[in-house]
Amino acid sequence: MGTGTGLGRVRGLGSAKQGAHHWWQQRLTAAANVLLISWFFLSLLRLPNLTYPVITDWLSTPLVAIAMILLTANVFWHLRLGLQVVIEDYIENEATKLAVILLINFYAAGGAAVAIFSIAKIAFGGAA
Amino acid sequence: MSRNPDRPLSPHLMHWKWGPHMLVSILHRMAGIGLAIVGGLLFAWWLLSAASGEAAYESFLDWFTVESGAINIVGVIICGGLTWAFFQHLFNGLRHFVLDMGAGYELKTNRRWALIVVWGAILATLGLWLWLLWPALVNISAGEF
Repeated sequence: MGTGTGLGRVRGLGSAKQGAHHWWQQRLTAAANVLLISWFFLSLLRLPNLTYPVITDWLSTPLVAIAMILLTANVFWHLRLGLQVVIEDYIENEATKLAVILLINFYAAGGAAVAIFSIAKIAFGGAA
Repeated sequence: MSRNPDRPLSPHLMHWKWGPHMLVSILHRMAGIGLAIVGGLLFAWWLLSAASGEAAYESFLDWFTVESGAINIVGVIICGGLTWAFFQHLFNGLRHFVLDMGAGYELKTNRRWALIVVWGAILATLGLWLWLLWPALVNISAGEF
């Protein structure tokens, strides 16, 4: 085993065992999405309407708020992974690719933060 | 390196004959992007407006409804589009779980399930909206607007 070049140092070590990580995370979040979003859709359809008092009452229920926070984290993680794959496939310029991947990470983190904080504010009774 | 420019580079969508399996593949990405951007922004905006008080929530709803509270054309296009994208992405996602297990690659089976996904998503979208708008449709047909 060589010590000089990068290739020489890694030759013979096998894979980093990271190759399937992204793929597997995408599947885990997809499976969780099936459950969480089905629950979300059915819950909305069961509400009498989507007016302010109905929605804020619903979001104030502890189990609803918990499920909504889990849903938000899961959805934004799933969409971050998915958008990344699309960008890697279609954007060839390395600088543009880096910039857009940075952007989707900001978007996913920002969107999730806005949604989770909003749910928490309503659930803890702070809704004005 | 020299290459005969008349010969297509492979893989290349524009040179292959289209089939249901290619259609669901590209629709999965398009629906996914739509849900990720439009759906994600709408979801965060909806929750933020609910957390910002009744007036903010009302102005959120105003974008998608007419004065009586019924859905307007913007609401129909965005919510209709998102529900179709959701069903398309969900059904094809479930199909991918089966493919991930190594099943369903036989040509006829693959084609059949791809078609079922596409038609299933359209029918589920129409079914859901027919059900949602049914009371309004009944009122219109009874002459009560």
